[in-house]
Amino acid sequence: MRKNKKNEVSNSNKINRRKLLIGASSIGAISLASKNLLSQEANPENLPPNLPEWTQYLGDGVDVNPYGMPSEFEGHVIRRNVEWLTASAESSVNFTPLQDLEGFVTPNGLCFERHHGGVAIINPQDFRLMINGLVDREMIFTLDDLKRFPQTNKFYFLECAANGGMEWKGSQLNGCQYTFGMVHNVQYTGVKLSDLLLETGLKEKAKWVLAEGSDSSGMTRSIPIEKILDDCIIAWAMNGEALRPEQGYPARLVVPGWEGNMWVKWIRRLEFGDKPYLTREETSKYTDLLTNGKARMFTWVMDAKSVITSPSPEKPILSKGVHQLRGLAWSGRGKIKRVDVSIDGGKNWKTAQLHSPVLSKSLTRFTLPFEWNGEELLLQSRAIDETNYVQPTIGELQKIRGVNSIYHNNSIATWLVSKNGKVDNVRLG
Amino acid sequence: MSGLVRFILSFSLIIFLVNTTFASERKFNLGQIATKEEVAGWDIDVRPDGLGAPIGSGTALLGEEIYTEGCAGCHGDFGEGADRWPPLVGGEGSLASHDPEKTTGSYWPYASTIYDYIYRAMPYGDAQSLSYDETYEIVAYLLYMSDIIEEDFVLSDKNIGEIEMPNKDGFLLPDPRPDIKNTQGNPCMINCQVSTKIIGKARDIDVTPEDDN
Repeated sequence: MRKNKKNEVSNSNKINRRKLLIGASSIGAISLASKNLLSQEANPENLPPNLPEWTQYLGDGVDVNPYGMPSEFEGHVIRRNVEWLTASAESSVNFTPLQDLEGFVTPNGLCFERHHGGVAIINPQDFRLMINGLVDREMIFTLDDLKRFPQTNKFYFLECAANGGMEWKGSQLNGCQYTFGMVHNVQYTGVKLSDLLLETGLKEKAKWVLAEGSDSSGMTRSIPIEKILDDCIIAWAMNGEALRPEQGYPARLVVPGWEGNMWVKWIRRLEFGDKPYLTREETSKYTDLLTNGKARMFTWVMDAKSVITSPSPEKPILSKGVHQLRGLAWSGRGKIKRVDVSIDGGKNWKTAQLHSPVLSKSLTRFTLPFEWNGEELLLQSRAIDETNYVQPTIGELQKIRGVNSIYHNNSIATWLVSKNGKVDNVRLG
Repeated sequence: MSGLVRFILSFSLIIFLVNTTFASERKFNLGQIATKEEVAGWDIDVRPDGLGAPIGSGTALLGEEIYTEGCAGCHGDFGEGADRWPPLVGGEGSLASHDPEKTTGSYWPYASTIYDYIYRAMPYGDAQSLSYDETYEIVAYLLYMSDIIEEDFVLSDKNIGEIEMPNKDGFLLPDPRPDIKNTQGNPCMINCQVSTKIIGKARDIDVTPEDDN
């Protein structure tokens, strides 16, 4: 008798699950809210004391997914773009869903994309890296050649100089992803350029490098030789596997702590010269216009910055009581030394806990427990790096740079938590 | 041995010494020496002083037709832009205003950069399909539309490094950051004097993609 009853329960569970799946696919990708329902709404028949079907029946065997994918219930954790920002998807950007990530590593498939001529698809057998100009020997390397040099494995953040660029004049996009998501953090495997250049030799007059991509934008940036020899890498792997096509497969340049545009993907050439090349990407773009009509040029370093990833506009507070405030901090000048958090719009601050590893030029995770009793909050975070640089307010930046810089907005953001737990991106002043 | 022969010999010895003393040794013996032809095929960049400019020339008169056919669809008949594609002409005097318009005429500091970029990346989706002369012609047409050169001016590898762009002095070096000299690592922690008045909400601007909240 008891057994029969159990079967009835599990049969109805099966039907419910099928219904749920059909329901989910018919909703499709209409809205994130519906996807969240899928992952957040519990089915009472799966809860104690009942027996859920996954406990009773066999699941998928090995090799159902030869390359594993996230759970179907994590379908809302995706890169997103803002279509009105750009004229075409091939020269555009999307954003990392920072609000859904834990720790300090960005999964490869969630690293934001920025292309200027679409994703180049390159057979690694057809990859060549040319080094020419003021070197002792002009040379060409295959991918296999590169992998035979001494190897380095390093975590670095990559941030687009335009991250937060839409927020200069005021709060514009209502999301952690859209206002901070042009950043990712992975472990790179590659060869240090200081090792690679032992093979070509350098002429004494070589002061600048032109790094050139093989994509259809022929992306080019000039980089001073001191930086190239300090810590730049030609990388072929991220987080333990080959670079993703959209991140420059089979090889890209890594320029730690400096703006993402310089990390040339699908790299094909390094030319050494005695002067900078002043390409389109370092004159008409990636220059910071000030109020007097003059523009700063060669603003390479990404200054210290932080963001509260939860609570955030995408992560409202759902209940009263204790919560863990979570966030990320980073600096292109070295390690994060401290992160402070305010819940009253910057009047009072508490120091958050930094989670190891705290690495130079890498995202660093911070958390701070807090108790919410339904009151309004104005959440802010403030990073301090090992050079004692303090993340500024937007007012401090605007005073010096105006509002038309587009690039290098590393100011403190404010999330308003309303009494109903909803969170909004707001501007204080 | 005549004095001349002795001179040549000693000169050769000096060259030999220079080569062996200063040119570095290969350390890992990986990779191949690039041929001149291989380098020439990929070395397409042009520097502001004209270094790298390939031999060729063109006038705005010749450029108008190519521009109208290959460029105007996105950038407009007169370089005014179309839809969200960038304008190439206009915007002079706007850089210090609330709505700066950054075009090749108003913002780009070097004519070489226009050549370099058009040759390597345009037309969008058909990169490196223009001839050297066609590229000079299009650059000349853009410069003509921005009143920088005359219609019959012959732009070439010889003079592209000498074109004076209106905004050539519009850029500042070196990078002055950190430009916020706030608190030397010890910012205010308690009872800080800041305004907490909300002056704007992203929700009210209402440009966030619908999918999000």
